Amino acid sequence: MARIELKDIAHSYQPAPERPEDYALRTLDMVWEDGGAYALLGPSGCGKTTLLNIISGLIRPSHGRVLFDGRDVTDLPPQQRNIAQVFQFPVIYDTMTVFDNLAFPLRNRRVGEAEVRARVQEVAEMLELTDDLRNRASGLAADAKQKISLGRGLVRKDVAAILFDEPLTVIDPHLKWILRRKLKQIHQEFRLSLIYVTHDQVEALTFADQVVVMVDGQVVQLGTPQALFEDPVHTFVGYFIGSPGMNLLPCRLEGSAARVGDHRIPLAPELAAQASAVGGELTLGIRPEFLRYSTTAEPGAVPADIAVVEDLGNFKIMTARLDGQMLKVKLPEEAEIAGDAGWLIFPPEWTRLYADGKVVEAGQ
Amino acid sequence: MKKIPNNRAWFLVLPVFVTVAFSAIIPLMTVVNYSVQDIFGPYNRVFVGTEFFEMVLQDRDLHEALQRQLLFSFWVLLIEVPLGIAIALALPVRGWLASLCLVLIALPLLIPWNVVGTIWQIFARPDIGLAGVAVNRLGIHYNYTAEPFDAWLTVLVMDVWHWTPLVALLCYAGLRAIPDAFYQAARIDGASAWAVFRYIQLPKLRGVLMIAVLLRFMDSFMIYTEPFVLTGGGPGNSTTFLSQFLTTLAVGRFDLGPAAAFSIIYFLIILLFCWIFYTVIENLGRAPR
Repeated sequence: MARIELKDIAHSYQPAPERPEDYALRTLDMVWEDGGAYALLGPSGCGKTTLLNIISGLIRPSHGRVLFDGRDVTDLPPQQRNIAQVFQFPVIYDTMTVFDNLAFPLRNRRVGEAEVRARVQEVAEMLELTDDLRNRASGLAADAKQKISLGRGLVRKDVAAILFDEPLTVIDPHLKWILRRKLKQIHQEFRLSLIYVTHDQVEALTFADQVVVMVDGQVVQLGTPQALFEDPVHTFVGYFIGSPGMNLLPCRLEGSAARVGDHRIPLAPELAAQASAVGGELTLGIRPEFLRYSTTAEPGAVPADIAVVEDLGNFKIMTARLDGQMLKVKLPEEAEIAGDAGWLIFPPEWTRLYADGKVVEAGQ
Repeated sequence: MKKIPNNRAWFLVLPVFVTVAFSAIIPLMTVVNYSVQDIFGPYNRVFVGTEFFEMVLQDRDLHEALQRQLLFSFWVLLIEVPLGIAIALALPVRGWLASLCLVLIALPLLIPWNVVGTIWQIFARPDIGLAGVAVNRLGIHYNYTAEPFDAWLTVLVMDVWHWTPLVALLCYAGLRAIPDAFYQAARIDGASAWAVFRYIQLPKLRGVLMIAVLLRFMDSFMIYTEPFVLTGGGPGNSTTFLSQFLTTLAVGRFDLGPAAAFSIIYFLIILLFCWIFYTVIENLGRAPR
């Protein structure tokens, strides 16, 4: 186990990168604390896998250094870094038994056969593979194969971190849940450092203590699931996380209120003051969960047309039209909706302002 | 729901049945017919039972041809399969160089078989052929038209030159189908190059190797054109393989009965070997269950 530091890392797959767009991964500094459970979340092609492969050593970064516990490992191949990696599609050695699969990384490192047997037994028990140890690995279901891939990482005592590259893609939904819980359990028991790449926010938010949100080869936010939900620092985090994502409305400032079309939305005065100091293209952001709907006029409420109400079983999603823009409001199942118009209330404590995509912080 | 009995759908199978009947079943049955009857003329034939089979099985020339044939196929497989795998592993993975190499390697496969025979007939001649003269200049006495061993070796080398590319191309395709994640996982697991070959590449090549081995076995076991053009089966009988023996029997001597009996035996031998190869390769190196 180790503390992993990425110093000034950047990577391009092109031989002579010039523009920032040529980089799959733009300059970033990051520290992964020992024993943490991290998720790397972002849309396809945002550089998550590149970042993961740089940590494991499958890719040598074009710039920067990788440090494990302060030791520079940038030039070391994966087998000398003591990293385990689980891939999107299960990788198993199909001519071998489950036992031999699990023993493979140890035997390659010339570990004594008695110790191999002990470690494999231990890991098999942990992963509930004991009954299959004598069986051929190729005949097993996808979830068992993925457990074997994970097990090949766990058998090595000294692994610095286990990296997951969208490991649950090919697993049935109900097994996903079980496997994720197993992973969480192993993490809590052994305090291993885990880094988990995914484009599924539910997976990231339920798995990790810390989530790293990436887009276009850049890290936009690192935070707890709660911070990502309540205080997205970038409009991308706002709409990428949450279902449905954050409502984003282009707006202008007018005193201590935001003006959207003909409507005035009151803001916290210090936020408005900070926003006018920062300048740039302003966007108002509020999560559908925090946007309130009222059938009657209230101070600060904004009139809106109701376009659609979708009933999703235990809650409702209302789509309201405000000055030609669509807003989503998440309502409790029992909420009453009167007619096709109503009032929207933007609670100032949950209303965020973004200047050129970046959050305006009131306390600055 | 009540099931409606209607077997007219069987008529849809009829075209395939007719095609197979004319392409395989009827010719095969004709051969069976010839093998159990002595035919003197269209209306003059005698049923002889297994007489031709017994006769053919006791033929010493045939025993020798069979031994020669088995030895030849054995060497063909032993050389061409590992060599093909090695070439496939050594080929570049991508880029224009890969395309160029593939085209160059595929060239022997594009040459008609009798032309291959002719090329080697001249190429290996000890008086004017490039290879023949070169080998003799090295101080090794080599003359495939006179020495049985030299003739035999020439046929083998010619077959390796002609058909190893097929094995190499099949294996190349098989290797390209292995996802990168397998190699990456192997690196992380600390596998040596040999372990990668033994536990990833070779098992993943099982399917294409099966095809390669079966094709090369069948083709080499039925080889006819190239040795016929190159040596004509000589010197002596040293390069007379089974199909040439059969041709001499059927077309040369017009002994249709024994030839038909032998054809059936020939067919069964190939079938038996293919079954053995299939079973062995399918289960080779696999953990139980």
